[in-house]
Amino acid sequence: MSADEPVIEVRGLVNRFGKQAVHVNLDLDIRRGEILGVVGGSGTGKSVLLRSIVGLQRPNAGSIKVLGENLLKLSSRRRSELERRFGVLFQGGALFTSLNLQENVALPLIEHAGLKRRDAEHLARQKLALAGLPPEAACKYPDELSGGMVKRAALARALALDPEVLFLDEPTAGLDPIGAAAFDQLILTLRDALGFSVFLVTHDLDTLYTICDRVAVLSHKRVLVVDTLDAVAATDDEWIREYFHGPRGRAAHDAALMLEMP
Amino acid sequence: MTHPSSLPGTVQRKLTTQAGAATLQVAGDWTLQHYAPLRRQIERMRRQLTAADHIQLDSLGELDTAGAGLLVELLGPARVADLGEWAPQLPAERQALLKTVAAALDKPEAAQTPETNGLADVLAHIGGTVAGVWDQQRTLLGFIGLTLQTLFTVLPNPRRWRMTALVAHIEQTGLDAIPIVALLTFLVGAVVAFLGATVLADFGATIYTVNLVAFSFMREFGVLLAAILLAGRTASAFAAQIGAMKSNEEIDAIRTLGLSPIELLVLPRVLAMLITLPILAFIGIVSGIAGGLVVCSLALDISPTMFFTILQRDIPLNHFLVGVGKAPVFAFLIAVIGCLEGFKASGSAQSVGEHTTSSVVQSIFMVILLDAVAALFFMEMGW
Repeated sequence: MSADEPVIEVRGLVNRFGKQAVHVNLDLDIRRGEILGVVGGSGTGKSVLLRSIVGLQRPNAGSIKVLGENLLKLSSRRRSELERRFGVLFQGGALFTSLNLQENVALPLIEHAGLKRRDAEHLARQKLALAGLPPEAACKYPDELSGGMVKRAALARALALDPEVLFLDEPTAGLDPIGAAAFDQLILTLRDALGFSVFLVTHDLDTLYTICDRVAVLSHKRVLVVDTLDAVAATDDEWIREYFHGPRGRAAHDAALMLEMP
Repeated sequence: MTHPSSLPGTVQRKLTTQAGAATLQVAGDWTLQHYAPLRRQIERMRRQLTAADHIQLDSLGELDTAGAGLLVELLGPARVADLGEWAPQLPAERQALLKTVAAALDKPEAAQTPETNGLADVLAHIGGTVAGVWDQQRTLLGFIGLTLQTLFTVLPNPRRWRMTALVAHIEQTGLDAIPIVALLTFLVGAVVAFLGATVLADFGATIYTVNLVAFSFMREFGVLLAAILLAGRTASAFAAQIGAMKSNEEIDAIRTLGLSPIELLVLPRVLAMLITLPILAFIGIVSGIAGGLVVCSLALDISPTMFFTILQRDIPLNHFLVGVGKAPVFAFLIAVIGCLEGFKASGSAQSVGEHTTSSVVQSIFMVILLDAVAALFFMEMGW
């Protein structure tokens, strides 16, 4: 697989629920090592797109190539091997409620990386610390934690196997602004060091301005435009104009400019 | 990302000419794949390492977060923090990764949970369970009180009757359960008739099979079987429904809207059960006796006409009343236990499962216990 081939290639994707079509002939590429932000109004199928790519939702038509292989045509064993190279952070965290945090993170390490329990839990504690959780949280259960902490733990689990593609569904929703900024910075640092690609579904304009290399706008059942943020913001579309040039969009833009100034 | 060398990561300490100082050679891939051997190496190396040692990172292969964590453990967060000074040739993104990991790990390790011994654990577990059973009965009594209180405040106020919910629950718990209740009691009725025929044949009293079937179903089996079936079918459904609502914060939403979850969720369920279980018990009695009738006419040469004549002549109405009279009590307990267990569930999937199981076990236990007590009482009273 050559370096400039996209890690994920979605072609002609069609998703329907009953009579209602969510995606019609949707095309999207994710390049190696990039952070792709996916935005769109409520109900435009951002999460459905994510679920289609990771294989949780079987599309009605179209092809999805992940790391050079067509996910829909693989045998279940090969698919499971491929899926190990994904890290997914679900919107609600989706931690296993019967396991404590360190067991949650250690699970993929024991099952897939073949580590011993002691080693796996040691590494799991490190991952939790990396995601910004205090050490005493490691032995707590998900229902004893706040939403933001659950999210951090879920990130630690998504990063457990150092994935090649990281899928984040609204990662900063429910985090305080300081926590959200730290989260953005962590993703950026890890991406630079490890070179993974990120598929980021978000409503957080600050996140878009701070870390995304490219932004894809979902609208009218397809990808309306995918380009750098400035190019997307300049697109002539009513929704995009409202989104990027509304009061919140302007504020985030100004904040990003402030950051760039020395 | 791929590096020409794909050697497992190593760390070696070599003494140099200077007295006491040494060079620490870090080489190979420091990745998750080689985690276990690397961790053993750094455990050994950490004791030898001195502050004066020179660290050589030039032949480091691949590095991921797992490896970075180990490297930080080996060198200590403080030394990694000024990485730029002693390893300026390391690519900037690796420096950033190591520094991020170092900053995250620069906190004291949490105290490990203390080891406990087995016997103390067992004793603590027994104690906890006993206290739990006591607590459970107190909560149940409290909940029954709360339900009754709400019932009496709602009853005189027809505008607060939730007819739609009530009818929906009557359909789910009653109408939908008729086939299974009828089939099961029919089969048990047939079995009882066979058993009776086998035992009574020795005394030449086969004809009393009719009395046996009628007595047992009217007094006990009709209502008991219906109640046990509903305990399995409905108490679990109530517990799971309310438990899932609880974990989805729907119960909290009901409270913040100024509504009462007891009135909205518990009362319709309890009332639906109070209405359906007596009816189901009656259906159980009828189809149990029908099972006996079929066996009597096919295998014992007792014609249906004879069967009904004996039924009419020998079985007074009070047996039926004794049986069906227990149904509302069972119904109330099953519904209340199911709802209460739902409310007790916490957010996790495991907890919803545990409480669903517990609701079935508790309600079946209660039904059988009360039935035994009632049987003794009615017998002593001669009813």
